[in-house]
Amino acid sequence: MSAVLLYALTGAGLFTLGLYALIIHAHLLRKILAINVMGSGVFLILVALGGRTAGAVPDVVPHAMVITGIVVAVSATALALALVLRVQAATGRAELPEEPLE
Amino acid sequence: MQQIPWEVMLILLPLAGAMACFLWPRRTLLFGLISALGVGGCVAGLGWRLLEQGAQRYAVGGWGAPLGIDLYADGLSLLMLIITALVGLGVSIYSIGYFERRQAILFWPLWLLLWSALNALFLSADIFNLYVTLELLGLAAVALVALAGGANALTAAMRYLLVNMLASLCYLLGVALLYHNFGSVDIAILAQRVEASPAVWAAMGLMSAGLLLKSALFPLHFWLPPAHASAPAPVSALLSALVVKASFYILLRLWLEIFPQTGAAPGQLLGVLGAAAVLWGGIQALRQTRLKLLIAYSTVAQLGYLFLAFPLGSSFAWKGSLYLLLSHALAKAAMFMAAGNILRFCGHDRIADLDRVAQRLPVTMIAFSVAGVSIVGLPPSGGFIGKWMLLEAALRAGQWWWVIPLILGGLLAAAYIFKVIGYAFTQAGVLRQTNKVPMSMEWAALALALAALLLGLVALWPLSLMEIGLPFGGSEVDAIQRAEQS
Repeated sequence: MSAVLLYALTGAGLFTLGLYALIIHAHLLRKILAINVMGSGVFLILVALGGRTAGAVPDVVPHAMVITGIVVAVSATALALALVLRVQAATGRAELPEEPLE
Repeated sequence: MQQIPWEVMLILLPLAGAMACFLWPRRTLLFGLISALGVGGCVAGLGWRLLEQGAQRYAVGGWGAPLGIDLYADGLSLLMLIITALVGLGVSIYSIGYFERRQAILFWPLWLLLWSALNALFLSADIFNLYVTLELLGLAAVALVALAGGANALTAAMRYLLVNMLASLCYLLGVALLYHNFGSVDIAILAQRVEASPAVWAAMGLMSAGLLLKSALFPLHFWLPPAHASAPAPVSALLSALVVKASFYILLRLWLEIFPQTGAAPGQLLGVLGAAAVLWGGIQALRQTRLKLLIAYSTVAQLGYLFLAFPLGSSFAWKGSLYLLLSHALAKAAMFMAAGNILRFCGHDRIADLDRVAQRLPVTMIAFSVAGVSIVGLPPSGGFIGKWMLLEAALRAGQWWWVIPLILGGLLAAAYIFKVIGYAFTQAGVLRQTNKVPMSMEWAALALALAALLLGLVALWPLSLMEIGLPFGGSEVDAIQRAEQS
């Protein structure tokens, strides 16, 4: 198994793990962490696939994509954390209600 | 003479406006309105050039396709830009009366940011740029939902944000797979290189799943009604009219350019889900007791129609779907604005207690009814033209069963629209104090509703715009043959 494939499979594993955690955990902070784990998985896949030509200079375009992706992930996480605080202040719990409130 | 780069201005102008509104909150309204009018002018400029010279490709910074970022405008992007500008101008005027000063300071920068993201999305020529614009759009939309404050809006915004992040990551993973296999993210280059393989199937599945989640196709619509119903009225109008359409637009582009060789099965699945959305959304809308939730479920149903073009796959069906999209954007924006007026006037939006709104708020109720004509799909509205085109495309392709959701959906829509109109004429048990609704809010709603109606009367004009750059493939004959083969 080549190193590239190993990294890519690890990335796919992280993505699945994050998706699982996102679905089963109710606490919003855990959900946000789960999405960040999923994001790391995608970034790992992108970086790993950038090194597909063995020995040659790695492809830089996926690296640029990952940097952009990280910027997006950081800002989305910041917004999510701010919202969690507001949700907790408004409802007293950092969880989403099962049924939408009336 | 050098050409004016309308494409770039369409993205930079609202972005600059958003920054200006943020930096000088005292001048928010001034900057906001200047940006709104400016964007309208730029869309007109771009449209004029497209009519004269056909589809346009613009290399940002002069770098060009494989390395740099390209902007691409054809008839499909132009119509999306036009509808965004029309709804945007309506919402801008509406919001002047709707928001008090404290909220207006927050609304304008976010709305202009949203507008900038929408314009960038419709002009993007590569799938990674589309990812970035999708994220920008999502972040601005979530913040706008949260603007209403209160437990309902905040939890709805939180759910919306989580859904958005999940959907974007699925999409990005698909982008990674496509780039790895074909060495490009440019849609035009990918269209030439893509051939059916397991990796393409996986990429298509991931990207479509993400986009369907964002477009709220049944059964992935669970986040839409709370988010659209608890947001402030102008925001609800923007979300239902434009934001869900943006992810649909990406799906349409991918389906038309990159994934046409994937066979008929996925298209049939989308059609079935669309038909289910039409029926489920209609039934749920009929069951609602709150006006804004009713309209939100109506959006779920109307989005379902758009997906009926996927199993047909002829250029006539795509055009019908796009026509429905355009008229729904105008009509639904008008409807949410009318609901906002009623909410302001009565202090609540319980349908059963509407208490003679028709007599006391006539302009708003006319707006609601005219928008309803287009939602139901009665002639001479834009909704009628779109449905009629889909119906004809279904019969031409020999798939008559898609006619059933088209007709049943229309009946359900008629039932829930008349339910509201009926209560608007009757007297409620308890009389309540009412609040004044500014003229601008009533007339903005009516203007958009009339535009949706007008779309049914000037059908040739948008249909000819759809031909610029032939986004829906070659001539009509080819498309029919392709549909017959599949």
